[in-house]
Amino acid sequence: MTSIRLVKDDLRPPGAPPKRHLLSVADLTRDDVERLLGTARTFAASLERHVKKLPTLKGHLVVNLFYESSTRTSSSFELAAKRLSADTLTVKSAGSSVDKGESLKDTALTLGAYDPDVIVIRHPQIGAPQLVARVTDAHVVNAGDGKHQHPTQALLDLYTLQEELGRLEGLHVAIVGDVLHSRVARSLLQAFALVGIRTTLVGPPALLPRELPTEATTDIGAIADADVVYVLRMQNERMQPGANYVPSLREYSARWGITPERLRPGQRVMHPGPMNRGVEIDPRVADSPQSLVTNEVRSGLVVRMAVLYDVLTGGPVGVRALAAAEVA
Amino acid sequence: MADMLWQRELPGASLVVRGARVVDPAEGIDARLEVRIDDGTIVAVAERVDANEHRVVEADGLVLAPAFVDPHVHLRTPGREDEETIASGTAAAAAGGYCAILAMPNTEPVVDTAATLGSLVEAARREAEVPVGFLGAITRGQQGEELTEMAELTDAGAVAFSDDGVPVASAGLMRRALQYATITGRPLALHCEEPTLSHGGHVHEGRVAAELGFAGYPSVAESVAVERDLSLAGYEHGRVHVLHLSAAESVEALRRAREAGVAATGEATPHHLVLTDDAVRSLDPNVKMNPPLRAERDRLALLEAVKDGTIEAIATDHAPHAEHEKDVPFEAAPFGVTGLETAFAALYTHLVEPGLLPLATLLERMSAGPARIFGLERPRVAAGARANLVLLDLDREWRVGEQPFRSRSGNSWLLGSTLRGAVRMTLAGGAVVHE
Repeated sequence: MTSIRLVKDDLRPPGAPPKRHLLSVADLTRDDVERLLGTARTFAASLERHVKKLPTLKGHLVVNLFYESSTRTSSSFELAAKRLSADTLTVKSAGSSVDKGESLKDTALTLGAYDPDVIVIRHPQIGAPQLVARVTDAHVVNAGDGKHQHPTQALLDLYTLQEELGRLEGLHVAIVGDVLHSRVARSLLQAFALVGIRTTLVGPPALLPRELPTEATTDIGAIADADVVYVLRMQNERMQPGANYVPSLREYSARWGITPERLRPGQRVMHPGPMNRGVEIDPRVADSPQSLVTNEVRSGLVVRMAVLYDVLTGGPVGVRALAAAEVA
Repeated sequence: MADMLWQRELPGASLVVRGARVVDPAEGIDARLEVRIDDGTIVAVAERVDANEHRVVEADGLVLAPAFVDPHVHLRTPGREDEETIASGTAAAAAGGYCAILAMPNTEPVVDTAATLGSLVEAARREAEVPVGFLGAITRGQQGEELTEMAELTDAGAVAFSDDGVPVASAGLMRRALQYATITGRPLALHCEEPTLSHGGHVHEGRVAAELGFAGYPSVAESVAVERDLSLAGYEHGRVHVLHLSAAESVEALRRAREAGVAATGEATPHHLVLTDDAVRSLDPNVKMNPPLRAERDRLALLEAVKDGTIEAIATDHAPHAEHEKDVPFEAAPFGVTGLETAFAALYTHLVEPGLLPLATLLERMSAGPARIFGLERPRVAAGARANLVLLDLDREWRVGEQPFRSRSGNSWLLGSTLRGAVRMTLAGGAVVHE
């Protein structure tokens, strides 16, 4: 495990710094994941102290560029940067030049002119972080791109599982709901495969993607075998009349909603938020001791601290991501 | 028959090509022969021809073949001259070894009247480096509601009719188009896509789309439309050409229809013959096109159909896009890639060299095949024929993008890759248009 230097330091190695990004879980190795989780654990210990701020990234600039609404992700990235003493700049598409039709490339070039060390980007379109990585000199962290990837969510979920269940390898997680439109599900599948977690996908037929190399079933009964039930958000826009992914929210809840009756004792429940209580998750489940939802939020902070630290301090993470970005 | 191809006034070439391996599959030629051209017309093809005072092109180690015909090009004129013009698109065609290209009518405005077509013909007479023909739209404004005046468009020179870019969604309207087109003697070139199945899709519905999170554009969105249109064509005895085939099921439908006697032809693009949806993992907007790159089984089915003649034409679907429109996240990028300047080399490198496709078949599908489908004079290496020839250097390696493109757009799916096989000289309409 990498030890963390808690003093002000130029974290970049001498010479031309390699551009390190976190664009997709697909770019990570198991070693990367273990190193990141270890770093997060170290930061978690530091947050137990009376003074929670670390000088680690002092003098660094972290730009948060958010083209989609977000509570957890944007607040935790901002707080993570601040806890590490980095300067932060948050740009939201609403109220910025994006409203005037500025392209992503031009916005990235503009922000890039401030010489940021890290750009954290959330964008509704797949491939937006790759574009930012291509046109700026910053380290880029993907905070969610369309239905593609949300790598820090997957990492914080691994961290939560490790902390709460004491292990990762050999666990069985059932991911329930709208897998088709979920970047969280896609990131989790890859992350779980890396660390040896068995995954079963459960949901309505039209919301299970074809040809994913994973066990999948429409039968909610399949969650019985799982150690953890991971509930996905049922997105309202998918439920518009005429979309016909499912006939109605009512039928969805009746068939796939996670209720206390459908859980067995000892099973844990996770949800990436925001929750639709009463739709995909019964409020009694959400508020029960079985729920790890607030643990996930807490994990988000330390994992994002670890990610910011990691992309700025060299090592193997993101090397393939860089190559991919250069091809793109 | 009205004229269908237009080119600017160019001096007819007088030259002798010496030392080349002459390959003209349609004429049954594959031999070391000399070719003499007098003022743009081939006058002799023989083991030894008199050069007299003609310029002699020493072509030892090169292949001389009928120049290529591309039945599917977007020249973006009128409306998007920043992306391509008749001059730049035909210059790109010349550099790619083409002696004739056909331009699609999905411009701004759409080519749906004889007046619009006439203005393009005038422009082509002024600025086209290689002969260019124009398709007219099937429906006004390509809105899929009312038929265009196909008879008048034919008189003005329309080679065929197409709503390419969008499908004719209504089966009833497609039937009427097939009925009416019979009086023109021109085929309908069909973009087959069932919009309620492709809706919102950017990437072939398969493992790659599932893993990357793209909305899927399933094979069946194409094949049900192909089956529908072939059924209608059979019923109405219409002549149809299926554009940019991408799915194995579509190919199978075409094969069956042809066996049943339907007057149907098809084309495949270089990118669908070389790439699969795996390429989308790069998130490079230059591998985004409609129809999307599909699975390996689809690619192999296309290749098989090109070999056995079910697919008679290779078409580039050259679709230039402005750099700022492609330099965006994959999902925001428009569909389409360029292809005129790379088609032969891409297919030679990826299919002929590895032994997957005979050179003669490639040359036939890039020249005689498309000419036959659209009733154009077949480029050939024969005395008496207009000189429409391409001189190919099969050993030359080059890097795509190292030299600037002649096209106004650079959205090539091959950018940065090294290809074998270069066009050394193109004669089109009797003139040397590229060297």
